Amino acid sequence: MSLDKDTVRRIAMLARIKVPEADLETMAGELNNILGWIEQLDEVDTDGVEPMTSVSDFRPELRADVVNDGGDAERALANAPENANGFFVVPKVID
Amino acid sequence: MSKLLKGRTGDWEIVIGLEIHAQSITKAKLFSGASTAFGAEPNTQVSLVDAAMPGMLPVLNEESVRQAVRSGLALNSKINLHSVFARKNYFYPDLPQGYQISQFESPIVGEGELEIDLADGEVVTVGIERLHLEQDAGKSLHDQHPTKTYIDLNRSGITLMEIVSKPDMRSSEEAVEYATKVRSILRYIDTCDGNMQEGSLRCDANVSVRRPGEALGTRCEIKNLNSFRYLRQAIDHEAVRQVEILEDGGKIAQETRLYDTAKGETRSMRSKEEAHDYRYFPDPDLLPIDLSEEFVARMKATLPELPDARKERFVTAYALSPYDASVLVSERDTADYFETVAAGRDSKLAANWVISDLFGRLNKLTIPVSASPVSAEALGELIDLISDQTISGRIAKDVFSEMFESGEGAKAIVEKKGLRQVTDEGAIRGQVQSVIDDNPDKVADYRGGNDKLVGWFMGQVMKASQGKANPGMVNKLLREMLSA
Amino acid sequence: MKLTELTIAAARDGLAAGEFTSVELTAANLSAMENTRDLNAFVCETAEKAQDMAAASDVRRARGADLGAMEGIPIAVKDLFCTEGVRATACSHILDGFTPPYESTVTTNLWDAGAVMLGKTNMDEFAMGSSNMSSYDGPVTNPWRAGDDGAKLVPGGSSGGSAAAVAARMAMGATGTDTGGSIRQPGAFCGVVGMKPTYGRCSRWGVIAFASSLDQAGPLTRTVQDAAIMLGAMAGHDPKDSTSVNESVPDFEAALTGDIKGLRVGVPKEYVVDGMPGEIGELWRRGVDWLKDAGAQIVDISLPHTKYALPAYYIIAPAEASSNLARYDGVRYGLRVEGDSLQDMYANTRSEGFGAEVKRRLMIGAYVLSAGYYDAYYLKAQKVRARIAQDFHDAWETVDVVLTPTAPSAAFAQGEKMDDPIAMYLNDVFTVPASLAGLPAISVPAGLSSDGLPLGLQIIGRPFDEETMFRVAGVMEREAAFTAHPMTGEA
Ligand SMILES: [Mg+2]
Ligand SMILES: [Zn+2]
Repeated sequence: MSLDKDTVRRIAMLARIKVPEADLETMAGELNNILGWIEQLDEVDTDGVEPMTSVSDFRPELRADVVNDGGDAERALANAPENANGFFVVPKVID
Repeated sequence: MSKLLKGRTGDWEIVIGLEIHAQSITKAKLFSGASTAFGAEPNTQVSLVDAAMPGMLPVLNEESVRQAVRSGLALNSKINLHSVFARKNYFYPDLPQGYQISQFESPIVGEGELEIDLADGEVVTVGIERLHLEQDAGKSLHDQHPTKTYIDLNRSGITLMEIVSKPDMRSSEEAVEYATKVRSILRYIDTCDGNMQEGSLRCDANVSVRRPGEALGTRCEIKNLNSFRYLRQAIDHEAVRQVEILEDGGKIAQETRLYDTAKGETRSMRSKEEAHDYRYFPDPDLLPIDLSEEFVARMKATLPELPDARKERFVTAYALSPYDASVLVSERDTADYFETVAAGRDSKLAANWVISDLFGRLNKLTIPVSASPVSAEALGELIDLISDQTISGRIAKDVFSEMFESGEGAKAIVEKKGLRQVTDEGAIRGQVQSVIDDNPDKVADYRGGNDKLVGWFMGQVMKASQGKANPGMVNKLLREMLSA
Repeated sequence: MKLTELTIAAARDGLAAGEFTSVELTAANLSAMENTRDLNAFVCETAEKAQDMAAASDVRRARGADLGAMEGIPIAVKDLFCTEGVRATACSHILDGFTPPYESTVTTNLWDAGAVMLGKTNMDEFAMGSSNMSSYDGPVTNPWRAGDDGAKLVPGGSSGGSAAAVAARMAMGATGTDTGGSIRQPGAFCGVVGMKPTYGRCSRWGVIAFASSLDQAGPLTRTVQDAAIMLGAMAGHDPKDSTSVNESVPDFEAALTGDIKGLRVGVPKEYVVDGMPGEIGELWRRGVDWLKDAGAQIVDISLPHTKYALPAYYIIAPAEASSNLARYDGVRYGLRVEGDSLQDMYANTRSEGFGAEVKRRLMIGAYVLSAGYYDAYYLKAQKVRARIAQDFHDAWETVDVVLTPTAPSAAFAQGEKMDDPIAMYLNDVFTVPASLAGLPAISVPAGLSSDGLPLGLQIIGRPFDEETMFRVAGVMEREAAFTAHPMTGEA
């Protein structure tokens, strides 16, 4: 599989990263290099192998349904680049 | 009643599937210890986890699991002993993590079925595809500032159960009945309060149209319908819109739409459309949920009698009509209320009083049965007074009014106002006689063949007795004495 | 002997004997930090906090209060750990000025054990790298040089600042995090011990996430014994991390019996790569001999999927990272670069906030999870991961630990391999398999290259059997007798 400029543009959009039009080609080349190297995985026979999501085979204890957090808007907002009246503030979203 | 939509070029069938987002009743959030209480000041119920601070990790709330399993059981659906949380990745300012923790390939509840009753008596079976657990997003306020959107994360991370139906509904009526039934069941088992105004229950409707018998058409998803009225309107409008496009030779674009309640129409939500590729993958911060059969059995044992079973019992045990029974069981509180009233009493009389008199008053004032000024015990006392002939049915209506307004007991009102029914034949005979004596022309008329006048005489005697005379006795004596 | 030259174990004894105070020990380290600032190992020095914590420790000691395992010991903390009131930026521009109002579980455990915080150490941005060149705070210089006028070398990565700080005697130990080798490889490059515990042994709560299924915290120290002491203080069950295992923490130090008679050491034939200097293979063989001489039984084994670990890792880690780093959007904390619209603000913030390597991985991550590619890349990588874990599982039938080189080369010059991502990724070729399998592994300095640069050997253990791994590492350390010093040049 080889990535073209359009695909790079699309995944840059998905990742919310700006790739200048002039850099798309170079970026595609770089990513193709890496993906080409990754594709050696095709050599591995994985028929019937369960995909491994986690190395942990235990099951954690769940949290009791108790309110023991929150209650501090100041703390939540302390690092916000912009806030007003207790809200986080962002440029207007147009639906 | 045909469910087909008449177009210019023939009939169309509407195909509807619903996704219901039901907020689970828990004190804390799905993955954090912040409160879920409604109506708090902005961002006061936000833990570091809910704000997706760096390095924060989700820990699953055990109550959310219980509620999901109980809901799945109550919805006649299969419980999956193994389920997995997955991340649904997209950017939105009220989604702090940049992904929603949801369930994708392995939901906690699998397929099931619900039967719904339509007004004309038809019973329709609607398939349930799945119920999965997921986090709610925060709230974006677009109207606080001309160029800014304000974000409140209080709702961020609250447990939602997304209940996905199969595309088994063929009219907005069926969709509303199905949603009503789901809501009723969840309220019965206390897993969701069903409060649509507060957003505790929201519907997304997938709507498509096709020629009867043909394959499924392209669907549009109408998001976030927060009342059954809007659900009905949105589906009806959307179906007509699609038919118009198709009949004009156009094509339906698969997209997400929003119902504009002011304009009464749906419109495209383009911003949510652009390249939605959610890149689901299993959440590595959470391990799978593995349940035991024993746990599921324990959850099953916590379920109360559900609406369907209760309705059946009401029909057989209380000899109610299926319609009356279904009205009474739609809410657990109502059914409980009725059963208290009916205990040891005439069940049909009890049903009439609860449905016509009590509900009539409550609905007018939009008071829930749980807040009724007349308790089930008090209504029972009133019915007892009717049954033992202490008061007439007519007087009972006034007593009930008084009870509703003052909160006083039936007996107390009857005593205080001296409303006991008069059954002394001698006294009633005297009152009948004086009405006859005072109205010789009417008597002549009656005797001349105007039978209907008996009603007028009845009214006069009741008035003279201030409504207290036993109506049966008045009627009997009137006929006897008028004919004499 | 200078206080900064002491091991944690020796300092512990000296403090207990009243030979010096924690305030003195801490002051010595703080002044070493000042004198060695040109290495750029620290991105934030917390001298005042260090002095206060040291003084408090001395008070506790004077009172005879319950003393912790790290009582009075000054250490450095990788900038990936959230530290209350102290910057935590993962050395990324996008977390500019972020000061967490909370403390990670691992560092909390360390402070509870009496440790003293010297400051935050430099690292590759978001722990993505093997050279520390991707830090927004600039590169770290390895205290080692190849010869007298050799070029500035990288300390390895991503815990490059931590490894350099410990090697250069600025800190007695430092926390690191290891996702694919980020403790062990810089440990090897800087001639210190770098240890990654079993996945689930240390809580990830409060550690800025890179790849959740792989990230583990661990210690960088100058000796195996110090690593055992420090890990004991860091580890433990944490209900705030669902992947933290609910098992008690063994006395790792007690496992260092020096006796490995009869233990079976696996030597996997696949741990060889093209272009690997012969001296690394030689050192590995020497390591085998040391352990054999100490009474271990050497078993030739095969871990057949080893070569696929790295490419699998470069799908799984970027995939998880692309999701983990989605929260850096300029809304709630860190950098915001305004734009014409919300979408513009997102893209501006993330384009300016992330460095080239991070962006590259976020793009790969988004791609391998995207519609149509998930099965071919992500799912395939997870299946290969299962194969790799199975290789180890099979090996445990016949061996107790596995011995390999830590890295395929010694430290290289700053700026090298920068235009060749795959060459850079190959640094982790020997460390990544244990990461994918979630196994404990330790790099022990075992010798010098012909250029006089340190080289490490890696011992991989069974899940939650750090004790056996430590025991073998202790023997290896003793046999290797690595005493070379980067600052004095003394061997
Ligand atoms: Mg949906
Ligand atoms: Zn949903």
